Amino acid sequence: MTIATAFLALLESRPRHGYDLKQAYDQHFGHDRPLHYGQVYTTLAKLLRNGLVTVDGDETSGGPDRKRYTVTEAGVTDVQRWLEEPETPQQYLQSNLYAKVIGALLTGRSAAAVLDAQRDEHLTAMRELTRRKGQGDLADRLICDHALFHLDADLRWLEHTAVHLDELAEQVRG
Amino acid sequence: MNALLTAEGLHKAYGPTFALAGADLQLYAGEILSVMGPSGSGKSTLLHCAAGLTTPDQGRVAYLGRVLSELDDVRRSALRRREFGFVFQFGQLVPELTALENVALPLRLDGVRRKPAEQRAAALLERLHLSDKAKARPGELSGGQQQRVAVARALVTEPKVIFADEPTGALDSVSGEQVMDLLTGAARRSGAAVVLVTHDARIAAYADRGIVVRDGRTPARAGIR
Repeated sequence: MTIATAFLALLESRPRHGYDLKQAYDQHFGHDRPLHYGQVYTTLAKLLRNGLVTVDGDETSGGPDRKRYTVTEAGVTDVQRWLEEPETPQQYLQSNLYAKVIGALLTGRSAAAVLDAQRDEHLTAMRELTRRKGQGDLADRLICDHALFHLDADLRWLEHTAVHLDELAEQVRG
Repeated sequence: MNALLTAEGLHKAYGPTFALAGADLQLYAGEILSVMGPSGSGKSTLLHCAAGLTTPDQGRVAYLGRVLSELDDVRRSALRRREFGFVFQFGQLVPELTALENVALPLRLDGVRRKPAEQRAAALLERLHLSDKAKARPGELSGGQQQRVAVARALVTEPKVIFADEPTGALDSVSGEQVMDLLTGAARRSGAAVVLVTHDARIAAYADRGIVVRDGRTPARAGIR
């Protein structure tokens, strides 16, 4: 998801000023990475240029930028397309880990130790997310859950692979 | 820092099948320790030995300097009742007793009179958002509610250590999360340490640190080279 797409979705819910957009983005999408104001206005400029938003109000008395932005039909179509298109399942972590396991087996190092080190790393990340979950609101909790379920899936793969290491070593070493 | 509870070199076999083959565990006051491992790895046996529920064939378990195997049955039972709390996978509540009576049971077994025991039980049920279920019997409660009653029962004696063996193993993820929030929150407030046996990494993530049991051992981490 790009910042631009998030802005379009926020503007589809209702017209907003640049400042409101930043606040709403930070609240709903930018948990770890709040936007800089520079990003807000360059993104809005690009959306205006591409005809995806329009300015429907200009309250100059309210501050340096009190323009109110509204999404266009083309912008709504972009949001629709974004929501309809499933995300590509990410397989990269497993691939990297698998490559390390094979690398360890090929070079006579301990693949079990590679898996143990990764398990520790994953569990440390999961503890941190669980702590964060305990302090957050529902949105925070669900975002942390998403990460936790992914890390949990990786850990299951680690355990599964640990059981098959001897067999895999025989195959790799031929 | 001295450990609250130490298990060293534990071996345990059931007939020809070994469950533990040299397992160690150290638990410090107030910490939550996860014990992970695949099914059949010996993690539950390690918990049972550490809690004095099972006597190991070899090795020793010491709680605050007292070696559990050197205590007679009466003293070991008294220590378990007063110092330890337990939560198991299936609650193990007494079906004929109400939730309130189940929570008060460890106090009653320890000679506390009915009224003060049930007052303490009622206060705990309130803390675990179960006041309206005080008069319900286990069969009338959902799995998650039963486990919350089991957590209350484990906490009622204000134990120093809570042993939890797959406490969410029979629950869906939302109920499991509620039980873990309540268990770990209550333990942290009261300063109790927790030994948390689980095969589920999301549950283990509630712990401060973890150990892994494999083939009855708790191997030290080896280097990659």
